[in-house]
Amino acid sequence: MHPFSYTRASDTREALNAGRDGGRYIAGGTTLVDLMRETVERPETLVDITALPLGEITVTERGGLRIGALVTMSEAAAHAKVRTLYPVVSEALELSASAQLRNMATIGGNIMQRTRCTYFRDVTADCNKREPGSGCAALHGVNRTHAILGTSDACVATHPSDAAVAFAALEARVHLLGPDGTRQVPFVDFLLRPGSTPHREQALRSGELITAVQIPPLPRPLRSGYLKVRDRQSYEFALTSAAVALHVRGGVIREARVAAGGVGTVPWKLPAVEQHLVGERPSGALWSAAAAKAADGARPLQHNRFKVELLKRTVERQLRVVGGTE
Amino acid sequence: MSTELPELAAPPPTGAGGSSPAPTRRTFIATSTVVGGAVVAGSVVGGTSLIGGEEAAAAERPPSSRVSLTVNGTRRSLTVDNRTSLLDLLREHLGLTGSKKGCNAGACGACTVLVDGHRVNACLTLAVRLEGAEVTTIEGLAEGEQLHPLQQAFIDEDAFQCGYCTPGQIVSGVGCIQEGHTGSPEEIREWMSGNICRCGCYVKIVRAVRQTAGRK
Repeated sequence: MHPFSYTRASDTREALNAGRDGGRYIAGGTTLVDLMRETVERPETLVDITALPLGEITVTERGGLRIGALVTMSEAAAHAKVRTLYPVVSEALELSASAQLRNMATIGGNIMQRTRCTYFRDVTADCNKREPGSGCAALHGVNRTHAILGTSDACVATHPSDAAVAFAALEARVHLLGPDGTRQVPFVDFLLRPGSTPHREQALRSGELITAVQIPPLPRPLRSGYLKVRDRQSYEFALTSAAVALHVRGGVIREARVAAGGVGTVPWKLPAVEQHLVGERPSGALWSAAAAKAADGARPLQHNRFKVELLKRTVERQLRVVGGTE
Repeated sequence: MSTELPELAAPPPTGAGGSSPAPTRRTFIATSTVVGGAVVAGSVVGGTSLIGGEEAAAAERPPSSRVSLTVNGTRRSLTVDNRTSLLDLLREHLGLTGSKKGCNAGACGACTVLVDGHRVNACLTLAVRLEGAEVTTIEGLAEGEQLHPLQQAFIDEDAFQCGYCTPGQIVSGVGCIQEGHTGSPEEIREWMSGNICRCGCYVKIVRAVRQTAGRK
């Protein structure tokens, strides 16, 4: 680990000043400290933001949710309103990491977490994300766990977060505070696809802080849930996952929100699947037909071709579970 | 009931300088390493070898901070290299070697301790961030000679073989019971999944946690 100086911000103004001077924000630290030890991350200054007042969960008008950036994953998952209004969020959180890590990690940090690509984490390997222009060792390497959607020739790394898949499905917004004031960014625009600049991962401006993730209200009744498929039953990243929310009234699907994880360079929203569902009556045949579109545009690599079929089946199964019909 | 200890500016040398003549396993290993290996640096703090005193003073001193925290009821004030993890603080500075370093990357749970009552991975916790925190390690669970019920249950159920993951398993189990995730063996397995056991004692670990939870 490279030496770094450490400061504790007691309010947002102090934090922003330190951030403007090039300080790196640290909240739970579960990704950052790990990557600092591997010397993938080499911040000169850490700015501890845990004392900032960003630890609240509030129900917004008409039943949306605003989750403060410093709410821990454990707190968010256990929160009664999160569990009743958006089970897809609490399930995604509880299927992530371990109890210990969820006690440390925060919602803001969760969506900022960096890829688990082994070449990214290995400082001796070529990686355009870590060292722009050095190449991508994963493209023709051991790429079984890598992305099949949203990839480029420069990077095929997946975004590792489960909660972010739920947030993407629900069309959440990320609240930001920077030197120039506050702004909101739709979740789908917050995390960036690699393109030719895989080292740019978020639409953050210099010194900006995440203050909250806000989930918009959705019509009720709403059924939602998260399915995660992985190599072992717990404490493992997703091979594929599906976040599904459905509003069914009068026997017809009125609203559908679907996104997939473990397969994209960013949480992968599935508008074609959603459009196939809206206006239809729930049925087994409908789930199959909608899920058949889940892997549209997939570009599998040598070792992850299985993800194409696995993704369709994961989405179909979760539509069945949430939709509640055969 | 916390007792105030004087500031420890430097880590006590591991296994050296103690008044007790009886060799512990750690002093034995440290001594054999010095005898067997040609060059062995002093204590390792935050991944940096502090070589001789003069050389260390000559080299630029890495950024350090002062932190005061309570460990197993005892107040501690120290100045540490900012890179020091809570795990290294416990093991190398305070001589509390019960918490184990397995992966040092948050993937195995052997370093699990309680910080302000919540179970966390000590290896991913920077010590400088723990100003005012209350830390409980495996050494802080027993009441005098009276083992914590979960410690006793691990013995009764024979819930370990090599024992390396056991301190982390027990502290994590204490957290799991406090959180109330012990309704069924399946629930315990899921909520204890952050603790890996290479010997594969999971069935008995789950049994020990379940029995202790039921006794509460």
